[in-house]
Amino acid sequence: MCGNEAMAEAAIQAGLDAYFGYPITPQNEVTAYMSQRMTEEKRVFVQSESELAAINMVFGAAATGKRTMTSSSSPGISLMQEGISYLAAAELPCVIVNVMRGGPGLGNIAPSQGDYFQSVKGGGHGDYHCIVFGPSGVQEFADIMPLAFDLADKYRIPAIILADGILGQMMEPVVIPTNSKNSKLPKKDWALTGAEGRKQNIVRSLWLADGAVEQHNYDLQAKYRQIEKNETRCEQSDVDDADIIIVAYGICARIARRAAQQAREQGIKVGCIRPITLWPFPTDTISKAADKSPIFLVVEMSCGQMVEDVRLAVAGKTPVVFWGRPGGGIVTVEKVLEKIQDLTIKPKKK
Amino acid sequence: MLRGLRGKRFVMMQKVFTRPKTLKDCPTHYCPGCGHGIAHRLVSEVIDELGIRGKTIGIAPVGCAVLAYDYFDVDMVEVAHGRAPAVATGMKRTNPDKIVFSYQGDGDLAAIGTAEIIHAAHRAEQLTVIFINNAVFGMTGGQMAPTTMLGQITATTPQGRQADGQGYPLNVSELLAVLPGAIYVERCGLCSPAHIRTAKAALKHAFELQINNAKGLSLVELLSPCPTYWRMTSPDAMLHIQNEMTKVFPLGKLKG
Repeated sequence: MCGNEAMAEAAIQAGLDAYFGYPITPQNEVTAYMSQRMTEEKRVFVQSESELAAINMVFGAAATGKRTMTSSSSPGISLMQEGISYLAAAELPCVIVNVMRGGPGLGNIAPSQGDYFQSVKGGGHGDYHCIVFGPSGVQEFADIMPLAFDLADKYRIPAIILADGILGQMMEPVVIPTNSKNSKLPKKDWALTGAEGRKQNIVRSLWLADGAVEQHNYDLQAKYRQIEKNETRCEQSDVDDADIIIVAYGICARIARRAAQQAREQGIKVGCIRPITLWPFPTDTISKAADKSPIFLVVEMSCGQMVEDVRLAVAGKTPVVFWGRPGGGIVTVEKVLEKIQDLTIKPKKK
Repeated sequence: MLRGLRGKRFVMMQKVFTRPKTLKDCPTHYCPGCGHGIAHRLVSEVIDELGIRGKTIGIAPVGCAVLAYDYFDVDMVEVAHGRAPAVATGMKRTNPDKIVFSYQGDGDLAAIGTAEIIHAAHRAEQLTVIFINNAVFGMTGGQMAPTTMLGQITATTPQGRQADGQGYPLNVSELLAVLPGAIYVERCGLCSPAHIRTAKAALKHAFELQINNAKGLSLVELLSPCPTYWRMTSPDAMLHIQNEMTKVFPLGKLKG
């Protein structure tokens, strides 16, 4: 099964009520898979007239308390930013999949990690965050999907799965968790279900009273601090004795891990930190690792975006070096290994 | 005949006219002479008469009616500018047993939300759309809308709207009426008691179609006075609808 299909089936197994999407490469397998399976399951599938409409259909379904998602790729996700800002403001849960491609603009259809900033720093207008996952394989797609829905529901927040063209298209053996919806989540008593026998519910993102939006922002920030405390996830390997620590996510993390293993075979002590949640970012883990003064090497398929968060976490304690390729250029094990070897050559004194 | 405490006769009074239950008892933020108050009341009366308050979900637009949930006592959502028909699609598809209506102005529906309304109708979504056409952007200060009349002075057409460069008034209802997925389209005017009664009947029909599971979108366009940005008195604004606007936006049933 390819990554795109694994995500789709995992979402269906997690109790997805409605999927809304618009065609764009390299995520078309999600939409096609949903059109078949959601119909079989007698659930809702709508191919929208635009990504703008898709994210607003998600908004509508989410406002009535349903489990809902959309998927797209970079240019389409840009169009959705207005809706994502509204979802964040109205505190509506949903899952948004971004199978990233080369940008900016129409770019190309090759894999990229160029949407990191857009995903983890908000993306649309206003002070907000979405929970952002950066899975690195087809199995992890399947495992993270139910978690993404559960956390979205628990915290009333949009969750983003940040994938790329390789992961979306790549085929791997996968076991999809079945009937994976958590039944212990809080009741959605805020949802719009018709006001029969109760006061009206209102889902909104406009507060005109003096200081009301300021207070709403403080409330959102308090929620974000809770998420940072409870939901930060990352994977560490061979970090304790490492002279060099590679920080990478998604497909780059798998490439980096292989390069690290090859470096170890050559006697270079390399470890890896792989953020699984990109927001909240594993700042504490990286900060702690920086105390032992390794060199940090950040590898991304971009011109360097996550590296800024690594630098903030390291806070000048030790050098942070970046290597990456933008616009659909793919990072290879050989190149990462070469970069590791470069870092082990001590600069000559003049 | 009953007698009061002091032995005086009084007549038992029967209430024959009252505020609809769906319309909240609260001060209005709309300008004097604005048509939204009339439209809100008509929609509320229809919801009461059809007995659907408990299963209705309303969608407020961006525009003067953004605070519609302060007046309609039903579950409501406020959405991004123009996106109401997409939001409504997400709601109705996942909740086919609910009655979903959007309440949109001409900036919302005929400018920024043109794609959403056309495609909701094109997909034959089972929705009720209330389209308030007052030929200006009200909330932002009376700028030109796609529906602004030729020659009409607005904040962004200080010389009056000219076809050359600013285009002609956009007849969205006529555009929608040609789509097979739009099953009922009617234009009414909120400009006299008789017109208002016709508008109420149209609104009721638009809701009834959804209640009866009719397969398609219903839309009622209401030509609505905006004395503030038309720079007119309220009576003149009513006459302006009857005598001028209806020449460009003819009243009557366009479909269904």
